[in-house]
Amino acid sequence: MTEPVTVRSIGTDLVRRDAWAKVTGTAPYAVEHPVRPRAYLYPVQATVPRGTVTAMDTAAAEAVDGVLAVLTHRNAPRLADTSDAELAVLQSPAVGFAGQFVAAVVAEHPEIARQAAGLVRVEYDRMAHDAQLDPDSSELYAPDSVNPSYPTDTLDGDPDAALAAAAVQVRQTYRTAMYHNNPMEPHASYAHWDSDGLTVYDSTQGVHVVRSVLARTFGIDAERVRVICPYVGGGFGSKGTVHAHAVLAALAARALPGRWVRVVLTRQQMFCLAGYRTPTIQRVGLGADRSGRLTALTMDVVEQTSRIKEFAEQSGMPARTMYAAGTRRTTHRLAALDVPVPSWMRAPGECPGMFGPEVAMDELAVACDLDPIELRIRNEPDRDPDSGLPFSSRNLVGCLREGADRFGWHDRDPRPRRMVDGWLVGSGVAASTYPVNQMPGATATIRYADEHYTVSIGAADLGTGAWTILGQIAADALQVPVEQVRMRIGDTAFPYASVAGGSSGTTCWGGAIVAAARAFRSRYGDRPGDGAEAEGTLPDNPERKHWAMHAFGAQFAEVRVRPDSGEIRVARLLGVFACGRIVNPRTARSQFVGGMTMGLSMALHEDSVLDPRSGRVVNHDLAQYHIASCADAPSVQAYWLDEHDPYVNPMGSKGIGEIGIVGTAAAVANAAWHATGVRVRELPITCDKLLG
Amino acid sequence: MKPFRYDRATSPAAAVAAVAADPQASYLAGGTNLVDHLRLGLTEPGLLVDVGGLPLHEIEELPDGGLRIGAGVANSDLAADRRVRERYPVLSVALLSGASGQLRNLATTGGNLLQRTRCGYFQDVTEPCNKRAPGSGCAALGGWNRYHAILGASSHCIAVHPSDLAVALTALDARVRVLGVDGERAIPIDDFYRLPGDEPQRDTVLEHGDLITAVDLPPLPVARNSGYRKVRDRASYAFALVSVAAAIRIEDGTVADVRIALGGVAHRPWRAHTAEQALHGAPSTVEGYAAAAARELSAADPLPGNAFKVPLARSVLTSVLTQLAEEAR
Repeated sequence: MTEPVTVRSIGTDLVRRDAWAKVTGTAPYAVEHPVRPRAYLYPVQATVPRGTVTAMDTAAAEAVDGVLAVLTHRNAPRLADTSDAELAVLQSPAVGFAGQFVAAVVAEHPEIARQAAGLVRVEYDRMAHDAQLDPDSSELYAPDSVNPSYPTDTLDGDPDAALAAAAVQVRQTYRTAMYHNNPMEPHASYAHWDSDGLTVYDSTQGVHVVRSVLARTFGIDAERVRVICPYVGGGFGSKGTVHAHAVLAALAARALPGRWVRVVLTRQQMFCLAGYRTPTIQRVGLGADRSGRLTALTMDVVEQTSRIKEFAEQSGMPARTMYAAGTRRTTHRLAALDVPVPSWMRAPGECPGMFGPEVAMDELAVACDLDPIELRIRNEPDRDPDSGLPFSSRNLVGCLREGADRFGWHDRDPRPRRMVDGWLVGSGVAASTYPVNQMPGATATIRYADEHYTVSIGAADLGTGAWTILGQIAADALQVPVEQVRMRIGDTAFPYASVAGGSSGTTCWGGAIVAAARAFRSRYGDRPGDGAEAEGTLPDNPERKHWAMHAFGAQFAEVRVRPDSGEIRVARLLGVFACGRIVNPRTARSQFVGGMTMGLSMALHEDSVLDPRSGRVVNHDLAQYHIASCADAPSVQAYWLDEHDPYVNPMGSKGIGEIGIVGTAAAVANAAWHATGVRVRELPITCDKLLG
Repeated sequence: MKPFRYDRATSPAAAVAAVAADPQASYLAGGTNLVDHLRLGLTEPGLLVDVGGLPLHEIEELPDGGLRIGAGVANSDLAADRRVRERYPVLSVALLSGASGQLRNLATTGGNLLQRTRCGYFQDVTEPCNKRAPGSGCAALGGWNRYHAILGASSHCIAVHPSDLAVALTALDARVRVLGVDGERAIPIDDFYRLPGDEPQRDTVLEHGDLITAVDLPPLPVARNSGYRKVRDRASYAFALVSVAAAIRIEDGTVADVRIALGGVAHRPWRAHTAEQALHGAPSTVEGYAAAAARELSAADPLPGNAFKVPLARSVLTSVLTQLAEEAR
């Protein structure tokens, strides 16, 4: 067991520390910091999906009044490390995807930069390209591992034989679309070089990530790079890794010493330069006996990556852990295409990877004439099927039962096509899961002065509530009122923090703060003098070797479909989660509801349409790339079980930032079947797929 | 984006003179569409003549019992007008189904009629598009055309007109009042919009310098029983996959008067003359409405990406007419 923190502030719904600043517009985002003197960069992007820049005419751009520099691969400062092709900005004439940076104009005003960028003429030697994901392509390959470092394939027994012999079989192909993270705040940076080094105001999920990547890329000591980001207007994973614009800002600033060079991606540019979720094609096989017990489970996933840089989404992962099955196979195959570089998007792996299997479970329930909740309960494993370890806590069944009660599942007629007030109405359920991740190295300092404890750690709050809940954890670890804690986050001037990713922030940063608090108390006792300071680093958790650690949940959807048009709306979405101890109910509910709403949006709306001829996303703005509007999400409710898990960390908490988007789309698709009798296996579920 | 001059017009005539004199000039009203286009580089006017300050913001009664809507009336004000809501409910409902509250507060009547297609290829200067760059080709034909035309398209262009307001006005036989260098004229809205043919760059019959000053609604008792149904991919802030504006009057179980226009199906609001003719004097039955809808859509020539619009339009048109007929009883 980990040594638990005695809770006082933890578990209370403290108002966000940053709420007032956010709602009054005074919380400064990346390019709102009042730096001077400034310069403004606007990029020139490749118009071909693959090829080489053969000629570039920058004379007209350079002649525009107010232009400070036009950077191309010919004159841009050299980078020390170009091993990451996404970040090797303006280092060669090669074009790896449409929209890639091929030049940049820096000017005194943003309008001038944009005008001059439009005057740069670029000629290309265009090469044959491939931007079409084809599950039957002969060029699919198995990556060495899947994100972040899981085995590509797993095999347990002979699932094909077991499936062929099964009394009840489901074999279907499911598809999820290409999705873009689309945070409200665009990807944006201010960069500045002087004799001390590089300073960057960035919109990022990890200031230390940006620092280490920029230091490596530019070949300087990390101590000479400072990255500052107190507030983030959303990231959803797309700000968890460094993208090309941050390198471009630093590159341009290096060419213009003393100037703060500003780069802000437009919404359209975010569709090719800020990462995205790969489309997935999931071939799922479920074999069961007549009572619904799984004898075979196969999940064979095909995804895309970019030819210039690999990202292998771990969509097969949840199928390794969710259910007991006599035999099992999971595989990942990739197509390397001439497309923008995919990356993290909220619950990479789990989010798309729970769509196919959770719809397949619904199909199996229908085939077995079983309630889908009962089917899941019958396949509850007593140990993690993947690792063979017992679960530190697993309350999927509790979530299903609590959710069924709250949702009103019990009087559900399993037959589809119930009509109410002229609408077809249906309900569906699906499970959610997300692992308890921990990354090493997070460190915090605590300093006492003026009757306050100042906690410093380079953590990030992308709207999650980290500003607030880290203070609660510090207060309880120090055993002081939360009002006595001052938080400082979002700056590499503070100790190292791992990235806000994998729903690991609370575990990692909270664990570091607890370690610092314990070091502080053991050194200074309960009556420290002014200036007392201690540091603590997140310790390894030896329990992780003995337990499989996952959060679980159950989501219920009620959908309504207009019979004459197929228009579908989600009337109700209800989720129950088991995520250990909830540190702050207010910010936690916001995370669950936000994730679920994003899952609803994935179910019905979101769909980046990549034109294989150009390698570009056609609907690259928020008018065409539909995200659920308020009117699409009239009722989204989140609840949680009171789960005690002494093994995960001293707070007893599991990550909650991502699980809300896992399983949602399957719940909606299952409800859509119940409403209409039409089984949609390809997202998004649009009216044309339901119109009889 | 390139630099441009900006003038505030002092009178409609001065505005027309300023724009007519400069082939690179363009009117600016609410700016909800044009400003986007400036940013995207779709249009590069040398001069913007702002007509937002002109006295075109009134909704007036006409002697014949109709209404005159000033070209500068904001979409939200028009939708909220009591006379419109009572006498032409289809118009109010259509407006409120479009854009967002913020956009409707800025967008004007004239500007709404002249907004340009939202075809993704039209809006991307790196793509071929005959509407934006005549002769460059049509990327939508072999590309993403879920939202595109099923009626009246050509091999040059398959874009659809995005307006909801214009669909309602088409069903209502509105007349567009236009001030040009040669004076004022009124154009029936059914003659105002064009099909793409081999000149898809021309959305309307307007000439350079023409300024919409008002839209006249005729007195139309049938319009009191009218409605608008918009099928879209999300509940708010989405363009129509298919929309239907219709008005109907039933006498003694037969259709005495009917007006129908479809949106989201063509380069222009699509007046459903064929269906109207089939229904005039016909018994008011679901079968009759379905048959009329089928006749109207028999001319459809869809693409693989938007073939669903044909049964969708048929089905929704039938529903709208059936429901309005029930309400007419």
